[in-house]
Amino acid sequence: MIVNPMNKTKVVVVGNGMVGHHYVEQLRNSNAGCDIVVIGGEPRPAYDRVHLSEYFNGKTAEDLALTTREHYEATDIEAHFGDEVVAIDRDQKQVVAQSGRRFDYDKLVLATGSYPFVPPIPGNEHKRCLVYRTIDDLGAIKANAAGSKVGVVIGGGLLGLECANALLNLGLEVHVIEFAPGLMGVQLDPGGSGMLRRKIEELGVSVHTSTATQKIEALPDSDPHHLRMVFADSDLPLDTDLIVFSAGIRPYDQLAKDSDLRVGDRGGVMIDHHCTSSDPDIYAIGECASLGNFIYGLVAPGYRMAEAAASQLSDNKVSFTGADMSTKLKLLGVDVGAIGDSVGRAKGVQEYVYSNAKQGIYKRIVVSADYTRLLGAVLVGDCADYDMLLQYYLNEIELPEMPESLIVPSSDGAPLLGAGALPMTATVCSCLNVSKGDICAAIDNGCCSVADVKSDTQASTGCGGCAALLKSIVDDEMLSRGMTVNTDICEHFPYTRQDLFNLIKVGEIRSFDALIEQHGRGLGCDICKPAVASILASLWNEHVLQPEHAPLQDTNDRYMANIQKNGTYSVVPRIAGGEITPDKLIVLGEIGKQYNLYTKITGGQRIDLFGARLEELPEIWGILSEAGFETGHAYGKALRTVKSCVGTSWCRYGQQDSTTMAIFIENRYKGLRSPHKIKSAVSGCTRECAEAQSKDFGVIATETGWNLYLGGNGGMKPRHADLFATDLDDETLIKYIDRYLMFYVRTADRLQRTSVWLDNLEGGLEYLKEVVIEDRLGLCAELEQQMEHIVGTYQCEWKAAIDDPDKKKRFKQFVNSDKQDSAVVLVEERQQLRPATDEELDDNMIAKVS
Amino acid sequence: MGTTTQLREVSATTVLCTIDDLIENAGVCALFDGPNGEEQIALYYLPAQSPSVFALNNWDPLGKANVLSRGILGSVNSTLVVASPLYKQHFSLISGECLEDSTVKVKTYDVDVIDNKIVLLEQKETVASLSQDSPDSAA
Repeated sequence: MIVNPMNKTKVVVVGNGMVGHHYVEQLRNSNAGCDIVVIGGEPRPAYDRVHLSEYFNGKTAEDLALTTREHYEATDIEAHFGDEVVAIDRDQKQVVAQSGRRFDYDKLVLATGSYPFVPPIPGNEHKRCLVYRTIDDLGAIKANAAGSKVGVVIGGGLLGLECANALLNLGLEVHVIEFAPGLMGVQLDPGGSGMLRRKIEELGVSVHTSTATQKIEALPDSDPHHLRMVFADSDLPLDTDLIVFSAGIRPYDQLAKDSDLRVGDRGGVMIDHHCTSSDPDIYAIGECASLGNFIYGLVAPGYRMAEAAASQLSDNKVSFTGADMSTKLKLLGVDVGAIGDSVGRAKGVQEYVYSNAKQGIYKRIVVSADYTRLLGAVLVGDCADYDMLLQYYLNEIELPEMPESLIVPSSDGAPLLGAGALPMTATVCSCLNVSKGDICAAIDNGCCSVADVKSDTQASTGCGGCAALLKSIVDDEMLSRGMTVNTDICEHFPYTRQDLFNLIKVGEIRSFDALIEQHGRGLGCDICKPAVASILASLWNEHVLQPEHAPLQDTNDRYMANIQKNGTYSVVPRIAGGEITPDKLIVLGEIGKQYNLYTKITGGQRIDLFGARLEELPEIWGILSEAGFETGHAYGKALRTVKSCVGTSWCRYGQQDSTTMAIFIENRYKGLRSPHKIKSAVSGCTRECAEAQSKDFGVIATETGWNLYLGGNGGMKPRHADLFATDLDDETLIKYIDRYLMFYVRTADRLQRTSVWLDNLEGGLEYLKEVVIEDRLGLCAELEQQMEHIVGTYQCEWKAAIDDPDKKKRFKQFVNSDKQDSAVVLVEERQQLRPATDEELDDNMIAKVS
Repeated sequence: MGTTTQLREVSATTVLCTIDDLIENAGVCALFDGPNGEEQIALYYLPAQSPSVFALNNWDPLGKANVLSRGILGSVNSTLVVASPLYKQHFSLISGECLEDSTVKVKTYDVDVIDNKIVLLEQKETVASLSQDSPDSAA
């Protein structure tokens, strides 16, 4: 499409929620050359409303942000926040903001979303009556929860229960008041609803169903509580400190009504399949829109509307014809899933129910009268079957002869719906709208792992619910293409690294020779030898230079220093937490001077001394060891550094003593050999000066303890760490890190960083939580014990090496001469030495020869 | 330079070091003051093989540093190799050929173990392009 830049279409987007933002992204990435203006009523750019309750779980507004002002600016999008649009002037084709500013438009997009419905209960205007919708609402809830004991949520739907979880996280005694006879009445049948209620009550939440609130009264200051709720059918009032209304949403459609656009019977801007309103130049998308008198209150359909609306301005137009409202989520830790006609409203349908009171599991499927098609399902307490059932439903796949086998546990395992049975059009990831066909295309284009497909298609990067299905499709597709990925570590062992770890552990194998004799073939190589050396060190923690281990080590480990391009080495002593005394700094300076070493500060808050010759290493370490330095393992696939800020000891903003914690962590895990290097950091407050979220494990102080982040990485492919657990005390923090690290050491592939490991871990972060926090595999005691062994047997490898004449004598360039390697040529730059470049060497040679 | 070094006899009694200087299943480096000047010879000791000692020039022609004695030993499709510690290419311990790039070859030496001494037998024919790369022979 050729666009005349002088005459670009001007698109004004009103509202910058998740859907409004998605629209902007879609339009920006399409071939439609438009000027885009965004006007948001909230003071901040779009954020993730789906995970709003995590705001009480340690996430900040920044964590939830989907974009930034800077990003909009950089992509040429004019954006105004905190200035609500109050009127549309359809004749002038302008919108008017609260500030009085007017904006011209060619095309207008309404993405104003919805607002919480507050039932007309007398007293609902009290300042401790709140709603749950925006980050500002959450701030108000948090402020009112401080010093409070009891909190009430009015509304037992999906959002109400999310909100109950938030109040629980704030430490309140929580009551949920629901007018209808059951919780989540829209999605669940009475059986599922009852099971959900039982499980939630077990968590200490009081549930009151079929309860209508008559009025809310303010209590005098002398009373321990602030508010009293009076109910229609009960003599017993309920005293509370705050009330959150979460009794449904209503579309923000006032703008449309005021400007005479048609609205639906139940509100919402009436739209057609192109998301066009009754004015052809005005679109509406998301929760403010009504298609066929239905308001889609989930984010995925909102995204599909955004895509359809954006496509109208490009060459490749698509329609929005409605969306599946199936949903799977965790409410207060309880798995809940609802698919299709979950309640079985249609006539003549059949149903199967499985209910297990002891395990707290309820499953129900609704099938067609002829028992061949799945029409709906309810799952409570166990959503393992959700993905499979959803595929049966969405793709109208014929059910097995005994449909009950899909939900009844059997000793043989349920008959799996093979990934191969899914049609290419099957949607696998509904958040990012990735079909099975997209996944196959990615594999055809060279992806050959789940992680590759994830980064190529974005599948499973939203809620992550489809991770297991994604993996089985990738496995199945690769198999069918004959791309059986050989997971053998190398030609010498028909095993993965994880297999080798288990063989070594169970067989108590202590050397490479014993391992290859029992389980391998040939001599080994530079792939399997260092990998096995690392496993042996992780398990038995013997010195890496013991005669049977030394030949297995990569040159860095073998000489306990980092080889540089000219064959010399760099030396990095440990400076735990980045804290160093002036005396020790002077020692480093003196060594640098004495041995003419190039000196540089590393990214991990320590000092790297470059250019040491092999034969100089023991001398240098003699001095370092004397001065109290230990090896920094910069050469090893091992724990490297734990970066820190100065925390409460110096910083005005510090919330915990991050430096002491960082030093403790570094000293605890120093020497731990692992599949790849491990880095960590501890920040003393949410300003995050230590950059903990870019580390394999990062710790950030909170008011009451520590938040733990896992799986971060800088480097080639940066990954933000995932928030794993919040407000931990010191002991629990260390316990979780012990378990996490050891679980990684056991199960990761060779040279696999924690970030990739976590991306490939089946079940992802949730599974990791189950293993590390809930001890699902019953492995935690063993993992901790193994870590204790490593911590207890720590020795400074360098000190041990210089104390042992046999080890020490290996640090020589020549076995038969004390001469130095004449090929090492250095030149001066900025008052230090560096290796000569090839060109400089050539000149040097010529000079030498002539 | 640039011409093929002629095959020539050197004293069969050039002793580089003793067997105790070698490390089992790994390499060390010996300095050889030969007719072409000083040469660094990487000596690899694989006790289970026969012969058990292998010798290559220590210069890594791809990494351009004297480091081959510090590589990990092993086998690739039953060829005995050392992996460069710099960029991990494999060099045959027998022929000196680089498995990843057949145009690259390092100089090999005939060595033997006599009375626990590591003896350099004779200087073999070397490839011209390699002697160009080696600063030992250039110096």
